[in-house]
Amino acid sequence: MHINEILFWFLTALALFSAMMVVFSKNPVHSVLWLIMVFMAITGHYIIMNAQFLAIVNMIVYAGAIMVLFLFVIMFMNLNAESEPQKSKWMKFAAVLSGGSLMLILIAALKDNDGFISSMRGEGSIGLIKNLGKVLFTDYVVPFEISSILFLSAMVGAVVLGKKESSTIVS
Amino acid sequence: MPVIPINYYIFLSLALFTIGIVGVLTRRNAIIIFMCIELMLNAVNVLLVAFSKMHHVAAFAADRATTVGTEAQLFVFFIMVVAAAEVTVGLAIIVMLYRNIHSVDINFLNRLKH
Repeated sequence: MHINEILFWFLTALALFSAMMVVFSKNPVHSVLWLIMVFMAITGHYIIMNAQFLAIVNMIVYAGAIMVLFLFVIMFMNLNAESEPQKSKWMKFAAVLSGGSLMLILIAALKDNDGFISSMRGEGSIGLIKNLGKVLFTDYVVPFEISSILFLSAMVGAVVLGKKESSTIVS
Repeated sequence: MPVIPINYYIFLSLALFTIGIVGVLTRRNAIIIFMCIELMLNAVNVLLVAFSKMHHVAAFAADRATTVGTEAQLFVFFIMVVAAAEVTVGLAIIVMLYRNIHSVDINFLNRLKH
């Protein structure tokens, strides 16, 4: 077994186990920490596929910024395992059943293909910053600028929603 | 030369996506539901990068200077950008919700029904 395959299976097992722990752990803080493990495993997958820029962005933006935001909100709200609401057993059973049947149908629909990913020597420079930056700032510069406007509006929206006065207006 | 079939990535992505869906359907905590949506977005990202790499490997055999597959990775980059903006607004909404009803249980959010 080549090192890439060993890493692939290890990261896959880690990602799936951590994703299950996100759903099944009672404490929301533990869920956030398991989700960070999922993102780390996905970052490892990106590195195996030589998408180095996306690996770094995934690490910094997702596992760094977004998860810290989640943790901050959870600690701000003082949630814990005792106050955690639970659905009934039948609802959980139905949810798992419907999710499993969706996965079964999608696997049955998508399993017949023979593509592959190999890692030859000297190949795979598309994931590097040089190539991605060149394309981003020539062909995709308009979407890039629009996304900056999106960020600005998201920031303004978050501030407007989070202001203290808004609660008195709504309630 | 190690070869990983694209099927493995499809199955990994589908499994992550399904776990996200099951999480959305089984949990009642709004923050956990939001995290499961992030999980689904990431499953899609993994699949996009895998397809980009597969496409690139196929084109690289013919032309060694090809940049086929760059678009998919930029697509993933833009998905991450939009997800970051979405998380900001979504968490602000959840905080406002908590301030008003002092809970993040989505079963209290049925006022439109009455």
